[in-house]
Amino acid sequence: MKTQIDRNQLVQWLQHTLDGFELFYPMKDAQTGVVHLRNAKDTAIDADSVLKPVPGVPKTSIKTFFMPQPEVIARFSVNSKDAQAFVLRALDAQSPRRVLLNIRPCDARSVALNAKPYADDPYFQGLMARTVIIGRTCTETCATCFCERVGGSPQGTEGMDVVLREVEDGFSLKALTQKGAAFLKETGCDMQGLELSQISGDGRPELPKIAMEMREKDLLELYNAPFWPQVAEPCINCGACTFLCPTCYCFDIQDEVLGTKGVRLRYWDSCMFPLFTLHASGHNPRGQKVQRVRNRFMHKFKYFPDRFGPVSCVGCGRCVKDCPVNIDIREVISLMQAV
Amino acid sequence: MSSKYLELTQEIRRQARELLASGEVAAFLGFTAGSLSMTTRPFVARTPEDAEKLVWNSFCVVNLANYLPALLKSLEPPRGPKDPPPTGPLPKVGVLATGCWSRNMVVQAQENQVDRSRLVILGVPSRGMVDRKNVVAALKGKEVLDVVEDDHVLRVKGKWGEEEISRWSVVRDNCQSCTHPNPVIYDRMLDTPSERASQAPFAQIEAIEAMSANERWQWFTQEFSSCIRCYACRNACPLCYCTTCFVDDNRPQWVGKTLKNPDVLTFHILRAFHCAGRCTDCGACESVCPMGIKVRLLTKKLSKDVLTLFGVEAGMDITIPAPFTTYAPSDQNPFECDTCSSTNKKE
Repeated sequence: MKTQIDRNQLVQWLQHTLDGFELFYPMKDAQTGVVHLRNAKDTAIDADSVLKPVPGVPKTSIKTFFMPQPEVIARFSVNSKDAQAFVLRALDAQSPRRVLLNIRPCDARSVALNAKPYADDPYFQGLMARTVIIGRTCTETCATCFCERVGGSPQGTEGMDVVLREVEDGFSLKALTQKGAAFLKETGCDMQGLELSQISGDGRPELPKIAMEMREKDLLELYNAPFWPQVAEPCINCGACTFLCPTCYCFDIQDEVLGTKGVRLRYWDSCMFPLFTLHASGHNPRGQKVQRVRNRFMHKFKYFPDRFGPVSCVGCGRCVKDCPVNIDIREVISLMQAV
Repeated sequence: MSSKYLELTQEIRRQARELLASGEVAAFLGFTAGSLSMTTRPFVARTPEDAEKLVWNSFCVVNLANYLPALLKSLEPPRGPKDPPPTGPLPKVGVLATGCWSRNMVVQAQENQVDRSRLVILGVPSRGMVDRKNVVAALKGKEVLDVVEDDHVLRVKGKWGEEEISRWSVVRDNCQSCTHPNPVIYDRMLDTPSERASQAPFAQIEAIEAMSANERWQWFTQEFSSCIRCYACRNACPLCYCTTCFVDDNRPQWVGKTLKNPDVLTFHILRAFHCAGRCTDCGACESVCPMGIKVRLLTKKLSKDVLTLFGVEAGMDITIPAPFTTYAPSDQNPFECDTCSSTNKKE
């Protein structure tokens, strides 16, 4: 049995998946040259972008699909006559099932990393269960890419459910998770020549070198290192880095009420914002810019690996690319490694 | 680097070194080279040796005035909230200023955010700064690895080859429509004043004004639809210095936190109105926006209104109060609504 399909079959198959799934893949905006993850429903499936993915990370952070900005997590009534008034209730409708296509190894890996702190989070896990990631390994890296330095690889498949590879005369599709296999079976069962490869990727990868290195370092020595004020000096404390970052996963929760109906919202928060750590007492343990900047890097490269193993950075380079004042995380990693 | 910028970089380094070495300033605020092409990093030189790291080129898009209040404060002797303010002269800061940045320093002085006497302003007439997003758009998204600046041409290099782009074609909108490229206050001038002045400073605004109300709403909602609420526009703005911004306040909650239209648009429109009569159209908000939103068109419209109604441009004269901090009986007060055609003209 063949393990590959040709170009036309691939596009046809994707068209077919639209019956049961929303399909998103990186598309380039013709006017600005910027790549975004767009819903195929809004356009026709563009065979060119599908077959030959545009190089570079999409502006859209893949976390949007697992931690929507904002996410309604519960609803409630504020009508006191209602027997269930002020009781949080689950949502009736589930979000549609989705396919994310041509996802880069860094972005796919970010989902696997975020799944660690969100292991018991029903909302994140619910969206994970309804989303299939079809990854595409990288043939081209950018000047801002540094996945290998933080434990990833342009050929990595961690976090992908299915990997799509270009082979001679076509493409091969390989399921890497049970979810991926079930998806291929569901959508491709009547397609000739599609072979489900053996499920792999359940073996626990060894911790990347950088994670081992950071875990061995003394936390307070890193925390009190002399370079933080210098790193923070140009920072304007906006949230561009944290909101574009696929592995920044902090959130805040608020209730919004309109009339007698209320919803509980979970939305992105950023450690760059003063409100992030403001206590009800008025005290703010991270009241100064330098403390907030330090936290972003300490969280990614010390607190997270200490607790979960790998570092919380996939080296996609979005923060490097879009920081308004060119704070380059790679330089900060070097400074931290030198401690 | 173009010969012009090479000369200016040398001159900036020389003057900063001299100011720091003589002790006239305790710190010098400028830019150093970024780690990527088309980027610069705001940089504080504290020793004469540091001054060698300063650079000047077309990508100095962040407004340095934004850093002044905190930098000046950091140089004051530490004191508690109830201690009296320090007496005697306080350490000074040297800073680079183009036309718009110098006007922001005027606004900061008018609003008591910055003590003019503690600044040593090195004036640099602006040739217009380049927004790297414009370069990326001109190249249809191809990755730029290196840019060599000639006086009027950017030679852009990538893995794909090399291309020449006219510098002016990628200069920021605010610089293209600028009428005050020269610093309005300075202690030393580093170059001969520029003679450029846009003939149509409000052309972009007039195009939007010419739209119907529906079209304008369409434009507004569409333009701001990609906002991620990172607040880079606000934080890059020297006018935004409130201790707690209205969007950060949650007791009471003025604005919702979502990316839905009412929340996003409320943030942007209110931020813009907070800048009315104070904005110098430095374009930092737009340059730093990671999503490429044309943020400054809102504040530019308000600049046009303030100029039309009060005959004032922000930050042009340090001796007069800002238009919205003062009142004159002759102030105009018309209100016309083109959708319901109601008018409320002052008798």
